[in-house]
Amino acid sequence: MTENEPLHFHYDVDGNNFTSAGEASVQVKRMLRQMGFHPDLIRRISVAMYEGEINMVIHAKGGDADVYVTPECITVVLKDVGPGIKDVNLAMQEGYSTAPDNIRSLGFGAGMGLPNMKRYSDELKIDSVVGVGTTIEMKFLPA
Amino acid sequence: MTIREMAERLEATVYAEPDQLDIDLKGAFGSDMMSDVLAFADDRDVLLTGLLNSQIVRTAHMLDMSCIIIVRGKKATEEIKTLAVENHIALLETKMTMYEASGRLYEGGLGR
Ligand SMILES: Nc1ncnc2c1ncn2[C@@H]1O[C@H](COP(=O)(O)OP(=O)(O)O)[C@@H](O)[C@H]1O
Ligand SMILES: [Mg+2]
Repeated sequence: MTENEPLHFHYDVDGNNFTSAGEASVQVKRMLRQMGFHPDLIRRISVAMYEGEINMVIHAKGGDADVYVTPECITVVLKDVGPGIKDVNLAMQEGYSTAPDNIRSLGFGAGMGLPNMKRYSDELKIDSVVGVGTTIEMKFLPA
Repeated sequence: MTIREMAERLEATVYAEPDQLDIDLKGAFGSDMMSDVLAFADDRDVLLTGLLNSQIVRTAHMLDMSCIIIVRGKKATEEIKTLAVENHIALLETKMTMYEASGRLYEGGLGR
């Protein structure tokens, strides 16, 4: 692993299957453990990525997850071609959710996902265009 | 409090390996909303929930939690049991409500 050439991992996130949502995050967690990163860092990454993955499944129609790893920084990029987010500032507020009741009965849709992603990442960038899609980039720095 | 003691206090059905019963946990977090768990729970907490789908195990796994207590007499599905075994997470089922189960654990000193 060198600073110039991050290791790259790609995952398809299936938008039609709530049951399998989170599998990419599970694989990333396993991979980061094998690489020997600190458990606290791995927990932050896997929780934030899991929330993002769930969002791609419940709000978009799935998408692509890409993870780039160097010893200095882990970058998670989640890209979908879903409906986009009209007001990102509003979406970032705790408790704000457009999720329907059937999603809430599955345990999500409390409006805490994006705030959690912000809380657990060192940097969060949201690039979203209504009708085009959403790309979220999170950076995590080892302590 | 060990997972074994939790199981006794909650008269719970246990799905776990014997060595998991000795795991000593410091606190608890109860919710049916997984994002709340992801926001507030700690890896040394036990998760109490009345939600019954694979995401309870994924949520616990992401947080490195080692035990889930399913309340209100619900039965873990085969899928949940398989995922829990895969991720080395102990499962307890109790007939008690979230309120009563939490009260009994708190009374026993968990999280105090
Ligand atoms: N990938 C996405 N595509 C479209 N909308 C999204 C996406 N992620 C989040 N949102 C919007 O932002 C809101 C807040 O997201 P979040 O904080 O994760 O809460 P929740 O998922 O519980 O609704 C969502 O309700 C939704 O309107
Ligand atoms: Mg969400």
